[in-house]
Amino acid sequence: MKQNSRNSLDNLHKTSTGATGVTTDMRVIVPLQGVVQGGGGLVLGSIIPCALFYFLQLYLKAKNPSDDDPNPSPPPQLPETSPPPPGSLQRVPSVRSIWSPRGTNGQVQVSSRANSVIKHPDSPYYVGLKRTSENPFDESSNPDGIIQLGLDENNLSLDLIQDWLATHTKCSIIGQELEMNGISTYHPFHGSSELKSAVAGFMSQVMEGHVSFNPSQIVLTAGTTPALEMLAFCLADPGNAFLVPSPYFPDLDRDIKWRTGVEIIPVPCRSSDNFSLHTTALHRAYNQAKKRGIKIQGVIISNPSNPAGIFHTRDTLYNLLNFATEKNISIISHESLSSSQSFKNQEFVSMAEIVSTEEYDRNRVHIVYGLSKDLSTPGLRVGVVYSFDKNVLEASKKLARFSSVSSLNQRLLLSMLKDSRFVEGFIKINKERVEKMCDLFVGGLKNLGIECMKSGGVYCWADLSGFIRPYSEKGELDLWEKLLNVGKVNATPGSSCHCVEPGWFRFCFTNLEEKDIPLVMERIQRVL
Amino acid sequence: MAIKIVKAQPPVELSKIAVSETHGENSPYFAGWKAYDENPYHEKHNPHGVIQMGLAENQVSFDLLEEYLASNQEAASWGKKVSGFRENALFQDYHGLLTFRKAMASFMEQVRGGKAKFDPERVVLTAGATAANELLTFILANPGDALLVPTPYYPGFDRDLRWRTGVEIVPIHCESSNKFQITPEALESAYDHARSMNMKVRGVLITNPSNPLGATIQRKFLEQILDFVTRKNIHLVSDEIYSGSVFHSDEFVSIAEILESRNYQDSERCHIVYSLSKDLGLPGFRVGTVYSYNNQVVTTARRMSSFTLISSQTQFLLASMLSDKDFTEKYIKINRERLRKRYEMIVNGLKKAGIECLKGNAGLFCWMNLSPYLKEATREGELEIWKTIMEEVKLNISPGSSCRCSDAGWFRVCFANMSEETLEVALTRLYEFMDRWRRDRHVLSM
Repeated sequence: MKQNSRNSLDNLHKTSTGATGVTTDMRVIVPLQGVVQGGGGLVLGSIIPCALFYFLQLYLKAKNPSDDDPNPSPPPQLPETSPPPPGSLQRVPSVRSIWSPRGTNGQVQVSSRANSVIKHPDSPYYVGLKRTSENPFDESSNPDGIIQLGLDENNLSLDLIQDWLATHTKCSIIGQELEMNGISTYHPFHGSSELKSAVAGFMSQVMEGHVSFNPSQIVLTAGTTPALEMLAFCLADPGNAFLVPSPYFPDLDRDIKWRTGVEIIPVPCRSSDNFSLHTTALHRAYNQAKKRGIKIQGVIISNPSNPAGIFHTRDTLYNLLNFATEKNISIISHESLSSSQSFKNQEFVSMAEIVSTEEYDRNRVHIVYGLSKDLSTPGLRVGVVYSFDKNVLEASKKLARFSSVSSLNQRLLLSMLKDSRFVEGFIKINKERVEKMCDLFVGGLKNLGIECMKSGGVYCWADLSGFIRPYSEKGELDLWEKLLNVGKVNATPGSSCHCVEPGWFRFCFTNLEEKDIPLVMERIQRVL
Repeated sequence: MAIKIVKAQPPVELSKIAVSETHGENSPYFAGWKAYDENPYHEKHNPHGVIQMGLAENQVSFDLLEEYLASNQEAASWGKKVSGFRENALFQDYHGLLTFRKAMASFMEQVRGGKAKFDPERVVLTAGATAANELLTFILANPGDALLVPTPYYPGFDRDLRWRTGVEIVPIHCESSNKFQITPEALESAYDHARSMNMKVRGVLITNPSNPLGATIQRKFLEQILDFVTRKNIHLVSDEIYSGSVFHSDEFVSIAEILESRNYQDSERCHIVYSLSKDLGLPGFRVGTVYSYNNQVVTTARRMSSFTLISSQTQFLLASMLSDKDFTEKYIKINRERLRKRYEMIVNGLKKAGIECLKGNAGLFCWMNLSPYLKEATREGELEIWKTIMEEVKLNISPGSSCRCSDAGWFRVCFANMSEETLEVALTRLYEFMDRWRRDRHVLSM
């Protein structure tokens, strides 16, 4: 019964779209909700909305006799020469009746998926990134610009890559040694077998030989975003959900939910536990979802966790696997290779290692790696899906066509990975640099009275709860805004990461140079 | 020895998408590829192997690209330029490099002989046209809605437009009797058919020049299609991936031109898909674009392009090449010329063998008519002859039924993905086959 009323609400929601859709929808839904939830009981609760919807349809039919309106009102004129700059809102069309089936102004409709993307206000995470890219700090040309601490990309070792490319120009130029025919024709979308072998070897090398990877279980994609989305499409139907320990990195909302129709149910982790994942929390979240009639298809973790930087212990991972086995669901583990270098005496354990040593059904485990991120070449866009499930692999290989790595990059990556001496050196030097920067940055924050979680990865998870007033999300966002506008520093507030405790911020320090750190600290201090 | 009894657990449930057949890779279109993979033709090493004529790739103008890159090393080598590299490697914004978007817009203008203008701010980059078509479908239609697509159409659409999106394709039937043109009657009929199945129609998707017909859509029909979608207040997607492969530049009319001539009135329902895979012969680079006249679609597509980004390196490399107007002009001209020659070669060769083709003027393939030679004018009859051609003649061609063609007996034959010599071999094989076939028929009828 409830389903019925929700459907009619959804239908009404669909009928009024357009730039002014938000407010108009609210006006429609609120009174109906009152009816549905009122004391009318199940019968009235379902009949009345249906009846209203029926009358609404009659009204619409009377207003517009056929689907084809012979005289649609002229839609907004498209500027011929210069359209509005990107990011700016389009001209708001005049508000017409909310009852128009074609949305305000007779405009042609886009899908519900598109509408939810359009209407969704950007979270501070994205706003911060955007503002920073519009006004980026540069020591010489823009010293008052915003310093980027919100992007977890590692640029500390770009120079190593650059040097390698300079001395291996054959690989960076096409058309000379590399036959055009070879690279520009169709390569397998999911990666050539030669490249997969090289990737498998690389991943094993980085994990210091603890795990060996099977090349045939690898699917390459244009980054981790499509990799995660692909797995969501393969493991869940629209309306299903994944359990995700929070805080979790903001992009996951987009990657898992936008186009798939799949939901995320956060499983809150707390500072009292050092933000580690407890099975009790998983069970609780699972049961709550079940009561609401939501089918959980899996758990998504990141390791080290992003933004909290936790290295999941063996125990945590075993417990997770037991939980998943009990509920017969999947696990997606988003792992960072560069962190596998057992950061500052914390052990990194890959899911791949766990399933290789125990009698678990490996088919339920799927791992995503951001290869290009770990190689300090984010623009290259190479992600890896590693799975044991034949069906998921087959489907992923076919889906890779929608987001595949160009042959140019496949070729480049292959050459780089084959140079094992370079790779070994890179891994070692990169690790040293990240550790050093982490020490300096965390030390700097400590001097300001800000404590951080003991972390892995290219960011630190800092507790600024003592500096926010009031102790709430609002207080946190106030501080975030001050940091951005006054301190000219872009950090990621915990609320964008669905953290249940206010006041935590993620700072990424791998876009900085050592000499920038005092400046960064000074700017942060400005607003404390 | 103790026997460990393992309690059998049902396997983890996968999604419908993971197990569905909507990827369509079990159709004959793809089966032919398998046959080729197992026994590929090679001039010297395997002269009796299967010749691949089912792959619409453009290899006729590689030398021009190679020549350009050899003499423009600065552009090709992105490792050297210090500032350029850093700029490239850093956070990849889904807006894409402005220089590259400008280059794409200008290239698209050149391909249309300057008859339409393109705004770089409306160019949304995707990793290939496959992704562009899927992306648009996600944005324009809800699961269960319908897109109207004229038949015959590119077999990959069944997968690209439907698999993950949950959107349906309702065919607009085009007949050989009127050269497969898209008539207003066919449009209305498809629309009504969709409505009768309770599907909401969200748009029409045309490919212009058409795959597999190898012909451009005439202005008159484009105007009618535009009027139709306006009347129904739905979208129009024009996949113009072969726009640079038209043999005579004045024979191609882009929807962009028509919109310009109408002063962009009501253009917000129009979207163009383009890619460099066919015109430049660079499928491996995965460069596609959604060009939309609708601001909401541009914004949404741009954000969703995060799922299918082109690497900065690729953008950087191609930006300089595509901005070189002298080069692109020369390339477009010579490429057209060579494709036209190939087309004439194959059509004449087929004619000698007694096979007619639809009069084409674009693309990397011809639309061959074998209906007079079918045992029965049905899909089975068509597949029978297709199988024979694959197994005896060792040619992989694409049967019309894979393209949802209403008339049986039509085949798409690609001619640009091989050398002229190989094409000769293929034509000779076909000639001999048809000769044998006719003699056998003659004997039987005596």
